Amino acid sequence: MSFINLKDKVIQVKIVYYGPGRGGKTTNLEYINRRFRKQIQSEMVSLKTHGDRTLFFDFLPFDMGQIKGFDLKIQLYTVPGQIKYNATRKLVLRGVDGIVFVADTQQQMRGKNIGSLNQLHQNLVGLKESIFRIPLVMQYNKIDLRKQGIPVLPTNILEHDLNSKLKVPSFEASALTGYNVPETLKKIISSTVMSIQRKLS
Amino acid sequence: MNYGVVSQEQLEKMDEILTEKLIKIGVDCVVIIDMAGNIITAKDNDKNKYDIYSFAALAAGNFATVDAMAKLVGEQEFSLLFHKGTDCNIHFSKVDDELLLISMFGKEISLGYLRLNVAETIEAIRKLWA
Repeated sequence: MSFINLKDKVIQVKIVYYGPGRGGKTTNLEYINRRFRKQIQSEMVSLKTHGDRTLFFDFLPFDMGQIKGFDLKIQLYTVPGQIKYNATRKLVLRGVDGIVFVADTQQQMRGKNIGSLNQLHQNLVGLKESIFRIPLVMQYNKIDLRKQGIPVLPTNILEHDLNSKLKVPSFEASALTGYNVPETLKKIISSTVMSIQRKLS
Repeated sequence: MNYGVVSQEQLEKMDEILTEKLIKIGVDCVVIIDMAGNIITAKDNDKNKYDIYSFAALAAGNFATVDAMAKLVGEQEFSLLFHKGTDCNIHFSKVDDELLLISMFGKEISLGYLRLNVAETIEAIRKLWA
């Protein structure tokens, strides 16, 4: 749930990057952190294992300017992708306003993407939210691997697997090179802000 | 209760309570956050500046983790959390199911005195929602 401070005129919005392990959620945030450094006043917080895997979450807050006289503070989080950390994923999802689902387009990740999306659905139900109502953007990441000859799932297969019922905006992307990372972010911010405006009016 | 929007009057009263009960006794910084990691309000003594947005995200995660651990050992909750440092200490206390009050304070305040004041602060804040 976004928090709106009427005294200081600040809206805080929580956006979570969700998806299977090693899919590029942290890499998305790292790219945003480099690219939008000027709008980011604090350091990115990463709680990770010695092996550089996300243990709890990454956190990146930044200012998005004003909307109707309110300062918009976007708080980006990632969840740990590894299967065993579902309890932690549920904690990070608490109070979420918008979600980016980062799917890994490598062929062998097909089942893991579907499993992760199903679990997201379950986790949201547990929080009395619905995957069909919450602002959601699909990101098909690691598309750059295609150029290197690594088997990558075609977008129509990914759309069929992950987005045939949800029908949310989707982007092919490469978190490593930054391709469509800002576009994904802009889309989820605009969807989330519109959803908050609808709730308020 | 809906904390999604808090009125200006409620926030002003909350700030008054925090200043009166905690900042005036020498607490460096006090923050009220919700369990999602949003900052409801924050007050400091103008000397110590912390990155409170990152702090709130970590604090909510920390509290949620301890809460999950409590359930694992059969406790309903651990409603109090305290971290002791050389120069700075952090005290967490639950206001209700949605809100946490976090105080950062130095060695010149005793924990007992702080806890007394935190208890009074929480009582006063709860009355605002009643």
